[in-house]
Amino acid sequence: MTEINNAAPKRGVPLWVQITIWVSLVVLLAIVGFGLNRAQQGTVQPGDKIPDFTLPLYSGYEYQNQSNVKLSDLRGKVVVLNFWASWCKPCEQEASDLQSTWQTYDSSNQVVFLGTDYVDTEPQARIYLQKFGINYANGPDMGTQISQMFRIQGVPETYFIDRDGILRYVKIGPFTSADELKSQIEQLLQ
Amino acid sequence: MWMKKQLRIIAYVLTLLLVLAGLWVGSAKAQTPTPPTDDQVNAIARQLYCPVCENTPLDVCPTEACRQWRELIRQQLSEGWTDAQIKQYFVANYGARVLAEPPRSGLNWLIYILPPAFILLGVYILYRALRTWIKPSTAAPASSESDAKPLEDEYVAKFEEELRKRN
Amino acid sequence: MLADFGYGILVVSFLVALYSVGAAIIGVWRKSAELVESARRAMLLTWPLISLSAASLITLLITNHFDISFVYEVTSRSMPTYLKITAWWGGQAGSLVFWSWLMSAFASLVTLRKWDRDREFLPWVIVVSGITIAFFLSMSIFFENPFARMWFDSSGNVVKAMVQPVGTTPVPLQPDGRGLNPLLRHPGMIIHPPMLYLGFVSFVIPYAFAMAALITGRTDDRWIRITRRWTLWAWLFLSCGLVLGSRWAYDVLGWGGFWGWDPVEIAALMPWLTGTAFLHSVMIQEKRGLLKHWNMILIILTYALVVFGTFLTRSGVLSSVHAFASSPIGPYFMAFVTITFVASIVLVIYRWPQLRSDTEMKSLLSREALFLLNNLLFMSVLVVCFWGVIFPLVSEFFTGQKVTVGPPFYQRATGPLFAGLMLLMGIAPLSAWGHSSLQSIGRALWKSALAALALIVLVFFTYTKNVIALIGFYLVALVIFVTLQEFWRATRARQRAQHENFFTSLARLTGRNRRRYGGYLIHLSMMLMAIGILGINLFQVQTQGTVPVDGKLNIQGYTVQYSSIAAFPGPDGRQVTRAVVNVYKNNQYLGQLYPRIDYYPDAQQTMTIPGERPTLSDDLYIILVDWQPASSNGATFKIYVNPLVNWLWIGAFIFIFGILIAAWPDKDPEYVPVVTHNKAHQPSSAD
Repeated sequence: MTEINNAAPKRGVPLWVQITIWVSLVVLLAIVGFGLNRAQQGTVQPGDKIPDFTLPLYSGYEYQNQSNVKLSDLRGKVVVLNFWASWCKPCEQEASDLQSTWQTYDSSNQVVFLGTDYVDTEPQARIYLQKFGINYANGPDMGTQISQMFRIQGVPETYFIDRDGILRYVKIGPFTSADELKSQIEQLLQ
Repeated sequence: MWMKKQLRIIAYVLTLLLVLAGLWVGSAKAQTPTPPTDDQVNAIARQLYCPVCENTPLDVCPTEACRQWRELIRQQLSEGWTDAQIKQYFVANYGARVLAEPPRSGLNWLIYILPPAFILLGVYILYRALRTWIKPSTAAPASSESDAKPLEDEYVAKFEEELRKRN
Repeated sequence: MLADFGYGILVVSFLVALYSVGAAIIGVWRKSAELVESARRAMLLTWPLISLSAASLITLLITNHFDISFVYEVTSRSMPTYLKITAWWGGQAGSLVFWSWLMSAFASLVTLRKWDRDREFLPWVIVVSGITIAFFLSMSIFFENPFARMWFDSSGNVVKAMVQPVGTTPVPLQPDGRGLNPLLRHPGMIIHPPMLYLGFVSFVIPYAFAMAALITGRTDDRWIRITRRWTLWAWLFLSCGLVLGSRWAYDVLGWGGFWGWDPVEIAALMPWLTGTAFLHSVMIQEKRGLLKHWNMILIILTYALVVFGTFLTRSGVLSSVHAFASSPIGPYFMAFVTITFVASIVLVIYRWPQLRSDTEMKSLLSREALFLLNNLLFMSVLVVCFWGVIFPLVSEFFTGQKVTVGPPFYQRATGPLFAGLMLLMGIAPLSAWGHSSLQSIGRALWKSALAALALIVLVFFTYTKNVIALIGFYLVALVIFVTLQEFWRATRARQRAQHENFFTSLARLTGRNRRRYGGYLIHLSMMLMAIGILGINLFQVQTQGTVPVDGKLNIQGYTVQYSSIAAFPGPDGRQVTRAVVNVYKNNQYLGQLYPRIDYYPDAQQTMTIPGERPTLSDDLYIILVDWQPASSNGATFKIYVNPLVNWLWIGAFIFIFGILIAAWPDKDPEYVPVVTHNKAHQPSSAD
């Protein structure tokens, strides 16, 4: 296949081009791999330390008269973080149980219930909260930052964080009974 | 006598004030806007994406949540919010992915800059390629000459060698 | 029993595919023709085997075997039989088997051709197709098994497996299945996935030949000549798949549009872009011997995009209405993608010196230069699409912020590029291979350019003053006039030479040179499609309103009057709410339309089916909206008027026809007597 009369010298691919191609491929695969990992990861798991976050609260649903609550301020108490939304039908199944359990722990000052409203509208949220007589701290998850941090897969989901800020238990879906909720809290109080 | 006149003037002024007040109230009532039409809500919802569904525009999304958001837009429109304000509200509450395009800030500039950059790079590559190819008869024969010559010389040398052998 | 049989056959096919790969490699290494022949026979065997497995799966689907997990997930008793068959590709597990079945069909078809001239390619074509078949089969066997049954583990979660795993109890037989996603229960949805998969899968054959050419070092034209027609058919299927998907989206999604720039749609578009670029640049290689390396890159890129796009769609990485749910096949598929990319890149770099051709172009306006420009534009569109699909991942990787890249971005970026392509469509047919000058093109072009301009002036005064529309319509008119001119000139020349009637000339002309005139017909049809796309994108109007019975909604001269509403159960268990509306235009009664809402209780999903009234000038599109429940007190309607959109479907129809013409082999060159002025010469054959 040698042409005698008209051949320009047959060079291979220049090295810098090769390097660029391989580097681009590695970067592409890394990004896609990351995306895949994310898609498969699921929620944060027990044992993970939860980074600090600030939850703004609806007026009328403050925590100790503060309109914001920071997770780090709650160190030393058991935190029950519940993700819900007014448009979420399964959330309604557990709403009363959550409120009644809160009422038993309210005065102990050892447990904090935080309701995090996931992509919701305030008027509808208030209707929901009033419907179930909920009075613990509730606020919107602005920009879905907190739910992204927990990598929630849907609503409702409840996360139990112990006194040292470590996640101890994840409940996907509504609680079947108030006792289920209580037993989890009792475990963490010890 | 002039007391009665003063009273009359006061009465007229009061009546005038009352009429003016009535007009003012009346005009305020007339200013109550009609609720925003579906079209107006849709015009904004079309530019937003449903925060929970996958890649579904807000005006066609059938879920309960989307219904609430459209009602929210309707309410905000009736309060006189502008398009930009509504969009900003949605972004602040639900994240940047409700917008149809990444907001032009920070890393997102890459999405707007890289494609034109790559295309220009492609244009440049094509330009260089065409330059080298359409430098027709001047460049190629010269190099092929120098390439061909050694080979030709080889053959000539061999030929002469053969000739010498036979002679 | 049948499920075990189906699964067993799948495993056997997997082993046979692996054998054929191994035998082919060893056959090359040991230079044993018998081993290679044995590999070929094994490859031939895969299709009948997988067909048996597919037949088992379909039998299970139509006989309501709800103990099998896949059957439970995608069928239900109320579905008609034909729909149960199409449920085969209604879920990840089944559609992977469908994919393997198609791939083995093509691989078998290829092994059946005469291999005498290209014996050295055979083993490597077998190796590439065999590895691909084995990969897809392995995903079905190990990860997404359509024959698996369901078991409960200790925490109450469902586990899928063929044989009962330790510590589980069988799930009791369900009385009914979940049923196919209602969105898929539509004629368009029946044919769109098979067509799309056909398109994707058939690109594996040109890729296999390209790999074979690189491995054996036979980097001349041979691999392209073999696969040229194959690539055209692959492109036909892919184009059909895209068009059918668009039609389905228009008819069934109720969004008033046909293309949403959704990431999965774009993943299917990307191979089409490089495939189109390839079809053009391959002509340069045939006519002028140039660009061997570029063509190799293009076909590899096309297949790589097919594999990459399939991975993105099926692994759950992309957020899209079309995407499959997140699946365990993700990492495994990613490994396959990586291997494909790496192997292809290594081989291309290795053989790069042999691929360089003696590139000599004389003129910037020659047809090959313009084809290069065409390639540049297609690659630019590809870059925009690719980056738009990947960017949300990049953004999340670096900033944790999720973003959406939506239609405004794509429309703004690709609009000018497509306009450039249309301009090229108008100019390139007039330029010659090898050499063209501004004058020669100008001479051929000016009449069409002027005629198009005259048309646009008319449009300006009668239809619209929108600048983008005017530019778009100008380019459309230009391409149509130029292409028709080409047909006309060539037919007239032939008519004069052969003394035939015009239409006979036209038919014979096309028959002798199907690729060129089929190609021109394709260009014409694309311009019709462009008319539709411009119309709906630039001039769509919509309105929405709630009206009581006899209430009216007005839009652009149409009046839609709400006449009545009825709710009744449908044949397959769905609940139908159907409205009847009277349509008037300029106070003239046009007829009735029936927009409806179908609710499927088993899947808990609603479908809005529009009432459509298509005409050449526009499409009246009415949806019954369920923002509030519809009743005789009031129903909410959303009405779109989509101007010119039906030209899109007309164009698509002609497009298919054009590809068929272009793909069909030419008739033999005919025997034509040529008479010159001076004396009667020897008759010679002319093309």
